Amino acid sequence: MKADFTLDAYGLLCPMPIVRTAEKMKELQPGQVLEVISTDEGIKEDMPAWSKATKNEFLGIEEDGEVYKAYVRKK
Amino acid sequence: MKVTLVVFSGDMDKAMAAFNIAIGAGSMGMDVSMFFTFWGIHILKRPNAPSTAKGLIRKMLSIMSPPGAHKLPLSKLNMLGMGPFMMKKLMKQYKMPDVQEMISLAKQGGVKLIACTTTMELMGISRNQLVEQVDRVAGVATYLSEASEASVNLFV
Repeated sequence: MKADFTLDAYGLLCPMPIVRTAEKMKELQPGQVLEVISTDEGIKEDMPAWSKATKNEFLGIEEDGEVYKAYVRKK
Repeated sequence: MKVTLVVFSGDMDKAMAAFNIAIGAGSMGMDVSMFFTFWGIHILKRPNAPSTAKGLIRKMLSIMSPPGAHKLPLSKLNMLGMGPFMMKKLMKQYKMPDVQEMISLAKQGGVKLIACTTTMELMGISRNQLVEQVDRVAGVATYLSEASEASVNLFV
């Protein structure tokens, strides 16, 4: 999936991936997509939950070996 | 959405759990308040702040209590301090923030840190002894007022 911004949260443990996501999202314009790279398995559930709470659009997660790539669109 | 946490424990592991939740909630745009009472007050102590406690029992309490967030015991496996030492090594390996860093992260995320006046009075701890990140001191009515409007209320 294509993204406008990438956040490298490799090796960071919960809640840091979503904390960094919340920070990074401030840099995005509405409609832009953020790619979050994480090794935390919890991201599979956390990213949809975070997106719902912050009213952003969760686009999906790709698994690439040990790495999860989550995609969120800013509303 | 409002979230309140009562931090009654002064243990490192319990403090971390409380802050993890508070920080996570903050990053989800929730309105979070943490009320530090009893042993939890030691988490908010400024490292190396001199004690102003008056009276023998209070003085003894202050000697026997953790000096701040940097030196909290574990609730289990404390092993006379070996436990926290080992836990901190593990946390460093995974770049996990320690309790002091979590206080900063919480503040950045808009979490409110509130200290219990009764505990402070009882243990002889003054506002000056607390870190500057404390938003205010308050009593149980403030806690209950927040908690009654909150969807998530936790006692740690």
